[in-house]
Amino acid sequence: MTEWLHPALLMLIGAALLPLVRGTGQRMLSLIVPLLVLYAVSQMAPGTSGAIAFAGVELVLFQADKLSLVFAWVFAIMSLIGNLYAWHIEGTGQRVAGFLYAGSAFGVVFAGDWLTLLIGWEVMAFASAYLIFASRNAKAVAAGFRYLLVHVAGGVLLFGGIVLHGIETGSWLVGPLEPGQGGLAGWAYWLILISFMINAAVPPLNAWLTDAYPEATVTGAVFLSAFTTKTAVYVLIRNYPGAEILVGFGVAMALYGVVFAVLENNCRRLLAYHIVSQVGYMVAGVGIGTEMALNGAASHAFAHILYKGLLFMGAGAVILMAGRRKLTELGGLYRTMPLTVVLYMIGAFAISAFPLFSGFVSKSMVVSAAAGDHRAAAALLLTVASSGTFLHTGLKLPYYMFFGKDCGLRPPEPPLNMLLAMGIAAAFCIGIGVYPQALYALLPYPVDYEPYTAVHVTESLGLLMFTLLAFVLLLKHLDPEDTISLDTDWLYRRGARGFMWVARHPVLAWEQRLITLGDVAGLRLMHHLSRLSLLADIRVVDALVNGVAASARRGGLLMRRLQTGVVSHYAFWIIAGLIAGLAWAVAGAWLAAAEAAEPDPADWMQRQETVGSRPAPGVGALPQDARAGPSATLAVFRDVGAIRARPGGRGRARTGSQSDPGAKRLSAGTEAKAGAS
Amino acid sequence: MGWLVNFFGQRRYKKLRWRLLVAALALLLAADFMVPRHHSEHFWDAIPGWGAVFGFASCVAIIFVSKFIGHSGGIMRDEDYYD
Repeated sequence: MTEWLHPALLMLIGAALLPLVRGTGQRMLSLIVPLLVLYAVSQMAPGTSGAIAFAGVELVLFQADKLSLVFAWVFAIMSLIGNLYAWHIEGTGQRVAGFLYAGSAFGVVFAGDWLTLLIGWEVMAFASAYLIFASRNAKAVAAGFRYLLVHVAGGVLLFGGIVLHGIETGSWLVGPLEPGQGGLAGWAYWLILISFMINAAVPPLNAWLTDAYPEATVTGAVFLSAFTTKTAVYVLIRNYPGAEILVGFGVAMALYGVVFAVLENNCRRLLAYHIVSQVGYMVAGVGIGTEMALNGAASHAFAHILYKGLLFMGAGAVILMAGRRKLTELGGLYRTMPLTVVLYMIGAFAISAFPLFSGFVSKSMVVSAAAGDHRAAAALLLTVASSGTFLHTGLKLPYYMFFGKDCGLRPPEPPLNMLLAMGIAAAFCIGIGVYPQALYALLPYPVDYEPYTAVHVTESLGLLMFTLLAFVLLLKHLDPEDTISLDTDWLYRRGARGFMWVARHPVLAWEQRLITLGDVAGLRLMHHLSRLSLLADIRVVDALVNGVAASARRGGLLMRRLQTGVVSHYAFWIIAGLIAGLAWAVAGAWLAAAEAAEPDPADWMQRQETVGSRPAPGVGALPQDARAGPSATLAVFRDVGAIRARPGGRGRARTGSQSDPGAKRLSAGTEAKAGAS
Repeated sequence: MGWLVNFFGQRRYKKLRWRLLVAALALLLAADFMVPRHHSEHFWDAIPGWGAVFGFASCVAIIFVSKFIGHSGGIMRDEDYYD
């Protein structure tokens, strides 16, 4: 039954419904769906369900155990708080992105197989990027693209690792990975680990977080601070428990964030560096890998989401109401925003691990686990980072934001919904600190840890209060400076310029050399050939075509001169034709008569000579015959037919047949004319 | 809540704040010396006032080391560095 109440599905349906309603309806929906998700999570019991076979691979879309449930609980609480905080905004896109973001985080947390996890992972990257782009300014868009660049690269690494893992082991189910004996399994182990470390913001792969989160919208940053790094912690706990390398990275990360936070001037970037620092505790806990350390990592993630959300909400309230984000330009806001100060400070005490606040019961679990596992250096360095955490989030940031020198601004308290959201988060921060058993009951392993021992309380308070003393004494050394800090994003921000330089100079020069080469050998030859073919075209083909056309034109002109349109001209030519035809026929008949009279060949020759010598006898005779009239013509014609019918004398017969059609036409024309006249 | 926030914000309570801080620190140190320490993983677990010393030293170290790295390591740059 529970698989139908999959929180990811609920969030997805919610995301689809949000754009259909406007105004208050949309706002109500943005709270109702997280409440439904909370209900669904409360109904879940550890157990597997929702397995389907897809393309020959067994997919487990939904798998709940205690580890996934503890993350599901805090994700559900945070999506409710985050949407309440964003109640006042007019941004359907941001609400939808927040739903998809939280939904895909649920997808990852409940994924039983690698492919489902990958899909959640990718959706998470794009949905979260929207919350950065939604700031709609050039800096945010640039940061958003860099954020996507890193996460898409991480997604590709994860995909590659998953495929190699699947090929090597034949299993697509998530679970603890082993580095193996090199080969494909080794590659899979490291590729997946690197992609997880990118999302956990482990230095040197951390810069996407501190680059992008401060550029997100006021409400978007609250979601961002909750989901991406904590899903990474979840997958690390599930797949890399006890991976030794993570201890070193985790401790280094805890200190890295603290050092950069000293230098930072942007209030939300300072908080972002403290995400890096706090996630360092969780990563170190995963690396230690004992039950207590893994419990510590999970519980610290739970507490962290709530207090870090509260801190981002407080800083967001200041940015929204004061319109400034740099510590050098803020100060003195406590006069008009006392509630915000108090709520922010509850988050600050929680992250600093003051007794009775949530960080105290979760962070100390990790540090105690390190100490209990005989990792003295790790335990001491994590304690140094604790001091640094209070120094920045609990002292430096609120001092320069709310107290310190007066910036002159008198902004009012933020809208009620923001204060309410912060109040709920603050209640959780205190509630977990006062009654840690509620959180401990959710943890994946049985908890045998008591945070409230007298020595733990006095030692922690001593650490924190003497940090406060050092802060007060060294205050002038901490004054924020109007600078930005270079982080590893330098590599792809300045490195991109290097890349562009390479593209514009050596690559372009080489390309131009190739083009020149092409000009000499190829292009010039082509030009020459095309000139030749142009000449051939003009002088041969065109000349032929033009010649034919000119001839046709001349012929046409000549023909036109013949066709005068005057009837008498036509009549003249017809009569002339008739006379010529008659002359031909008469000449033929006369020749035939001569042949019949002298059949001897010798005589024939003689007669030919006679004919040839006679000066054009027919020409003189023919007009006379024509003038004799149509009957005379017909008589001649009959004679011709008689000649032809007579056998013998091939040459003559041919002559007669050749003239025959012409004669017929002429005679018909003459008869018609005679009839008309 | 307003009075509490004002107490930390207004200049006129500066002396009182100092007195309260010193008193709190003294009480804490005293308490740290009095609490029972039967279970110790490492040598420092047995030292009273360890947390106080360690916290103070850590804070000083963090401030100076970070600022040194930031200024001498070329980490801190003008805001238009990337523009």
